[in-house]
Amino acid sequence: MSRPSLACGIAALLLPLAVMSQQITVSAAASLTEAFRALGPRFEAALPGASVRFNFAASGALLQQIRQGAPVDVFASADQVTMDRAADESLLVPGSRVDFAANEVVMIEPAQGGLGLQSLADLAGPRVRRIAVGKVATVPAGSYTRQLLEAAGAWKTLTPKLVQADSVRQVLDYVSRGEVEAGFVYRTDAALMPDKVKIVLTAAGDTPVTYPVAIVRDSRQKATAAGFVNFLSTSEARQILAGFGFGAP
Amino acid sequence: MTSITALLRTTDWFPLMLSLKVASVATLIALVLGVALGWLFARTRFPGRSLLEPILMLPLVLPPTVLGYGILVAAGRRSPLGAWLRENFDYTIIFSWHGAVVASAIVALPLVMKSASAAFAGVDRDLEAAARTLRQSRLSVFLRVTLPLAWPGILAGSLLAFARAMGEFGASLMVAGSIPQQTQTLSMAIYDAVQAGEDQQALLLVVVTSLVSVGILVFSHRYFTVR
Repeated sequence: MSRPSLACGIAALLLPLAVMSQQITVSAAASLTEAFRALGPRFEAALPGASVRFNFAASGALLQQIRQGAPVDVFASADQVTMDRAADESLLVPGSRVDFAANEVVMIEPAQGGLGLQSLADLAGPRVRRIAVGKVATVPAGSYTRQLLEAAGAWKTLTPKLVQADSVRQVLDYVSRGEVEAGFVYRTDAALMPDKVKIVLTAAGDTPVTYPVAIVRDSRQKATAAGFVNFLSTSEARQILAGFGFGAP
Repeated sequence: MTSITALLRTTDWFPLMLSLKVASVATLIALVLGVALGWLFARTRFPGRSLLEPILMLPLVLPPTVLGYGILVAAGRRSPLGAWLRENFDYTIIFSWHGAVVASAIVALPLVMKSASAAFAGVDRDLEAAARTLRQSRLSVFLRVTLPLAWPGILAGSLLAFARAMGEFGASLMVAGSIPQQTQTLSMAIYDAVQAGEDQQALLLVVVTSLVSVGILVFSHRYFTVR
């Protein structure tokens, strides 16, 4: 390759860096995947020059990445506890935190070949071999599930049957494949696979499921990050979230 | 120092024991199949040979997720095999440690197969012919001449296979889940500890798994290198 064309090649590789100077990375709870993917282009249209990319995983795993210094600008968690931890460790911009959505935990079973479960008590029966839940330590849906099963006095007895999944979406996958007899996910997750999973019951837990969002302290794009956080509270964003089944906070 | 001893005392050694168990059984399966296939590839010509060998080598290059997905699809409840096993034996490999064995055996198989094939190819055919003149049956020649001569190479491959099986993670996680005290192997315990931010626990498990693996490799180098 001649020298001028080599220079051009290098310039072409570097160009995206200059153009994407207003790109932000949003680490969001796995349950937000479809809703945020739909929100992304609308946010970019609303704030010219801004671009957003998403990193979806269990909220606890995302917190761990931020702790280790991952270049994240905005953090959206599926529970208050994980966000409280981030705040306690001074990982967030103070005052930037706001709740933007609400959800519910539901118990589901496979739509085809399910056992026809009716209640939490049915989980103790011998026909229920495996129950998928989110990992209690890192997946908010898992800790919500633990709370409601403990409230029902069933957590200890059901523990040997539990398969702890990496994210709420893995729980959904295990149930939809029929590899487990039951699982606990959010109502919005179950709504994604209406022909594969059936909602048995909506869990009436003591803790409401609300989603907080905040700007990460080490963000280098705080203005764009603030733009995204504000966008989540606009009626446009609320409408999209509602379309995926999320409630208002 | 006290914190280290405290950590050692409170550490749950189940994942290490399970990993050793899974790797041992998987290596045994890979050893039997690998020797048979290695011999076939080294000594025989059969239709489809040139296609079968690369297919069996695939687990070495494919991402573990592909293998995990493949096992889920092939042996899951909705598959013909999974449904049959469930119907007739009330058995499934999904979410049991047997699933981890299957995944580990598949990734370990090419390592045994390749070294066995090379070892069989290196055996002097004249020695086998000489044994035949002494009225030994084919099986007897294989067991008393061919296999002993090829053994160092096969053993070296098996130790590599064992080390690889110890490190299996992705496919096992997908198939066996990470159920504490049931299917949570060493590599899964490390993953869970890192995700949960339990760095001390993760570091300890990393040191343990490294020591075991280095031990195996040193052992294999010292005793089973073909000189």
